[in-house]
Amino acid sequence: MDNKRRIWSNIWPPLAVFSIILILWQTASSLGYFDHWIIPSPLAIVQEAATSWHRIGMHTMASVQLMIFGFLGGAAAGFVIAAALHLMPGVRKGFYPLLILSQNVPVIVIGPILTMLFGYTMLPRLLLVMMVCFFPVAVSTLNGLSNTDSVLRHYLQMIGIGKWKQFWQLELPHAVIHLFSGLKMAATYSVLSAVIAEWLGGTNKGLGSFMLLSLKGFMPERVFASTAIIVLISLLMAGLIAWVERMVVRWQPAAKDRR
Amino acid sequence: MQKEMEKAADTRCLLADKNALKLEVKDIHKSFGKAAKEVLGGLSFTVADGEFVSIIGPSGSGKTTLFSVIGGLENPSSGEIWMEGKETTGVRGKVAYMPQLASLLPWRTVAGNIGLSLQIAGVAKTEANKMAKEWLVRIGLASYADAYPHMLSGGMQQRVSFLRALLAPQNIMLLDEPFGALDALTRVEMQQWLLSIWEQNRRSVLLVTHSIEEALFLSDRVIVLSRSPAVVLEELEVPFNRPRSDDVWEDPRFIELKSRIYGLLRTGSDGGDKL
Repeated sequence: MDNKRRIWSNIWPPLAVFSIILILWQTASSLGYFDHWIIPSPLAIVQEAATSWHRIGMHTMASVQLMIFGFLGGAAAGFVIAAALHLMPGVRKGFYPLLILSQNVPVIVIGPILTMLFGYTMLPRLLLVMMVCFFPVAVSTLNGLSNTDSVLRHYLQMIGIGKWKQFWQLELPHAVIHLFSGLKMAATYSVLSAVIAEWLGGTNKGLGSFMLLSLKGFMPERVFASTAIIVLISLLMAGLIAWVERMVVRWQPAAKDRR
Repeated sequence: MQKEMEKAADTRCLLADKNALKLEVKDIHKSFGKAAKEVLGGLSFTVADGEFVSIIGPSGSGKTTLFSVIGGLENPSSGEIWMEGKETTGVRGKVAYMPQLASLLPWRTVAGNIGLSLQIAGVAKTEANKMAKEWLVRIGLASYADAYPHMLSGGMQQRVSFLRALLAPQNIMLLDEPFGALDALTRVEMQQWLLSIWEQNRRSVLLVTHSIEEALFLSDRVIVLSRSPAVVLEELEVPFNRPRSDDVWEDPRFIELKSRIYGLLRTGSDGGDKL
């Protein structure tokens, strides 16, 4: 009960601020401060979203599909490669610096190249999202695997733990928290990169292409509506990962204990 | 081929004298780095079956290095480690270990931590878990069996850590300043508790400590080390009966031994200073 009250007391102030902004926006719009073909009112956006719900829903499904498959594929690849590099220190020496360097490449710029290589199919878009999601997961997992507590490692080695057991019992559990911080980043990136991948063309499905289409057709309500949905999806993805983390990482002291 | 040799060694061990020394440290030298700074300068001592031996020395006398060598994490520059009549120099997994910090895996429950250590030492999983639960009841921590380590106080964590070492089937228990991180009162409580548990099943123990009282209160024999490069300055028999009473602190022999060790440590240090 106390817990619930605490959560609520954290939620209502930002919620109030957000509502006030919406109300101000709506009022300003109704009083004619904004041009409706540039900034539509919140109510108009909601109305448009409701009337064209069928189309928007279809595009949303397409985008969500791209995000989820890209996210899962990228995260899985990131995890597997992190584990492989960790278990093969020689290989890691060659690849890890490149991995870090490649983080500085804005992967999105590779989009057109992928389209050239694989044509106007779903594959280049999926690959793009996967690549974007891959890096944060790989790098943070690798960090987690190699930065285990030296005191714990010393203890386990003294009592004769083997390399595999050390991986499963010490390094992997320790990396889980790092893995999740990578996953959270990847989840946000997956939304961003999916929309941009759709902007790059080759499809008429997905919120990204729907936005472009609406922009060109002077339908700002639809642009705003798709933006709102994208933000919502992003929040949902982050929330979902945080929830799964809480389910998996049960051994951690509660946040208030740590403070 | 190698397996056969191991088998042969095992049989030899079985045939060997049952009173074989649990641990023999034979003339261990250890130097580090290019400058070859010598940390251990030819250490030799033994621990017999069921004996509780303490090592005491000025700080920086290489006790941590010594434990790493006995545990097989470090190879000595020269010298050998033997356990139960077999050479185990550089072989890991031959010791049960209780480090200064409890070193419980935060993602495993208390019982799970004990179980894992026993499994690493070769105990079957079901047997390991059974032992863990059974002994947690005995030491009054049954209600914490399924708790995660962060829910326990420092003293309770050390109890679990000690129990974990006590139950492990290896030849000898190494206790590395096990109570160094506890406050004075908890420390005395823990010493009495450890003794009461240990006296029930008498494993061979090698304890490293900074505290002269702790060494005298717990052990059968105290080995005093010099400053680095460490050598054995003296070995003292502790004459008190077991089970040891709590008022052994007031025994005049206790006070006499204490001042003698203190003197040895001081001269050991002086020698170092003159260098």
